[in-house]
Amino acid sequence: MKNDRKAWLYLLPAILFLGFFMVYPLVDVLIYSFEEGYNSASQTYAGIGLYNYSYVLHDPYFLQAVKNTFILVIITVPVSTGLALLISLGLNSIKKLKELYQTIFFLPYVTNTLAVGLVFMILFKKTAYTDGMVNLLINLFGGQSVDFIEGPYWAKMFVLCFYTVWVVLPFKVLILTSALASVKQDYYNAAKVDGASSFRIFTRITLPMISPMLFYLIITGFIGAFKAYSDAVALFGTNLNAAEMNTIVGYVYDMLYGDSGGYPSYASAAALILFAIVLSITVINLTISRRNVHY
Amino acid sequence: MEVRLDALTKIFPSRNRKSKDTVTAVNNFTLTIPDGKLVGLLGPSGCGKSTLLNLICGIEKATSGRILFGDEDVTDLPPEVRGVGMVFQNYALYPHMTVLQNILFPMQNFKGEKKLTKEQMLEKAHEAARLVQIDEYMERKPSELSGGQQQRVAIARALVKMPRILLLDEPLSNLDARLRLQTREELRRIQRETGITTVFVTHDQEEAMSISDMIVVMKDGILNQLGRPQEVYDEPVNLFVAKFLGTPPINVFRAKIKGESLIIGGEKVLRFPGVKDRGVMAGIRPEGFILRDDGALTLSLSAVEVMGRDTSIVSTHPECEAANIRSIISSENEVDEGAKEVRFDLKPNKTFIFDAQTGERIAAAPAPLREDA
Ligand SMILES: Nc1ncnc2c1ncn2[C@@H]1O[C@H](COP(=O)(O)OP(=O)(O)O)[C@@H](O)[C@H]1O
Ligand SMILES: [Mg+2]
Repeated sequence: MKNDRKAWLYLLPAILFLGFFMVYPLVDVLIYSFEEGYNSASQTYAGIGLYNYSYVLHDPYFLQAVKNTFILVIITVPVSTGLALLISLGLNSIKKLKELYQTIFFLPYVTNTLAVGLVFMILFKKTAYTDGMVNLLINLFGGQSVDFIEGPYWAKMFVLCFYTVWVVLPFKVLILTSALASVKQDYYNAAKVDGASSFRIFTRITLPMISPMLFYLIITGFIGAFKAYSDAVALFGTNLNAAEMNTIVGYVYDMLYGDSGGYPSYASAAALILFAIVLSITVINLTISRRNVHY
Repeated sequence: MEVRLDALTKIFPSRNRKSKDTVTAVNNFTLTIPDGKLVGLLGPSGCGKSTLLNLICGIEKATSGRILFGDEDVTDLPPEVRGVGMVFQNYALYPHMTVLQNILFPMQNFKGEKKLTKEQMLEKAHEAARLVQIDEYMERKPSELSGGQQQRVAIARALVKMPRILLLDEPLSNLDARLRLQTREELRRIQRETGITTVFVTHDQEEAMSISDMIVVMKDGILNQLGRPQEVYDEPVNLFVAKFLGTPPINVFRAKIKGESLIIGGEKVLRFPGVKDRGVMAGIRPEGFILRDDGALTLSLSAVEVMGRDTSIVSTHPECEAANIRSIISSENEVDEGAKEVRFDLKPNKTFIFDAQTGERIAAAPAPLREDA
């Protein structure tokens, strides 16, 4: 009993902190999302109901943002995780070049967003002087230049996905190389003596052994991609709705502070929809991983 | 399967990248292991035992020399195709697989004609598990087993593919004393039942002596002596081997040969006909002492410990290498615990002399000092 009370006492600062910064805003957002016709100037509302949700779900900008977000998630999470795994495996097998490569791949992680943005400009941006490196390449193979920043939807989506993968890759490579390095050589030796081929060693030993880290990356990858916003702004400017490149978080932000903003109720409803999506996907992820990660 | 090692050498680059020194872990090792025998590979930590096993199974590539399984030269074959079963020092059981999956794993790697159906694999897995008595734990993960059980799973995994050669790297070192004794008997039984040529690594001489058909004593990567355990114990080729075998260990004295007699601390203790005058190291096994009031060697008595059948006498002598001399005599002898001194005659077949510099055994047939001994 006494110990119990002590435990709560020790937990108190953390609980207060969490309560103030996480639970309170969540409850507040929940309340906002059900208040119909909220007026931020007079702080009054007309009634309580589901109208905000209905509005948001019928808003074409919101639907576009949901579509963009889902495309982004579905493409970038598997691609970045898969690429990171390939790179880490490569790094792990070339012992001599390991340190050098690790620095190269970690570079984007330590360089700031501005520098990465600069590289992207060189790669994709059309200016008066050049069409960008990628277009030069396309031209080299006889293709037509594409405007990746203000051109067709798929081109912009490609750039957004490319950028996202690029930005998250170093962290994933770092995590996976250390996960791979932590698999004891003994297991590989044992498997070799047991007559296993390299492919079987990979699927039966390596993958299961790094699966906790792999699932960790997939789950955080999903959450991160669903929260994407700043990358789109960095590439396409602040008027994302016009560019058809908005994300759910971008939509929430616009509803609050954008040119057409000042609608905390709609923003809250959209935010809660995002919360529900992320929560259910994370639960699904955790269930799958619990079934597949055994330690 | 007979295993032949021919001038096998393994040189490692130094672990320290900046240093150019190399480590010769296995040095010009030539050895033939007869088919179906259990060989105990014995040596202090770091003498190259694991490296030698890794060379045999193919995890390490030999710097020079050949390895032959029967008539087949396997020196350049990768481990996957050598058909060796190995029990690693820390077992290396796959932690994410159950006991059953661990045991199935080697069979699932079979290719071509050797390929087995699922039923055949399961049957063999259960057979192997029964042999090492772990068939109750097939669905458990390695982490849910005790050290001894894990060790048996490792043996089952190594045995299940019917390896041509079984290699065990200090398999008992992680077990407690009782389990160790029990498991080593079991190992012996399993080896007899399967008849697989087995190399068993240990740094514990008693372990090696008790279960091996043959022991190999190595030091600094060099083979020192090879033979049946009793042979090696009775006729060590050098001081290192003599010291390494036997508990309690052999008692070593700084001594000399003068007038064809062994002199320890001024006392003439044994005759060595035909040996010229020189300085030597004399080794006397604990059981090589005969208690006698007028014994040739006088030691200062420290303690007397009666342990059932035997009495262990602890004494000191200024010329002894170690702080204490241990001699084991039958407890039928009466020892006066209060006495300052204790006197012994020495048994000729338990006393060896070695070159004081090289430690090589000096071949000589000692003779007792008196006719009645
Ligand atoms: N991969 C390696 N690189 C460098 N030196 C090694 C390597 N493996 C073993 N050694 C060295 O070789 C010697 C023998 O090691 P090992 O075979 O493990 O001895 P043991 O098993 O008898 O204790 C030791 O000096 C050890 O430091
Ligand atoms: Mg070892």
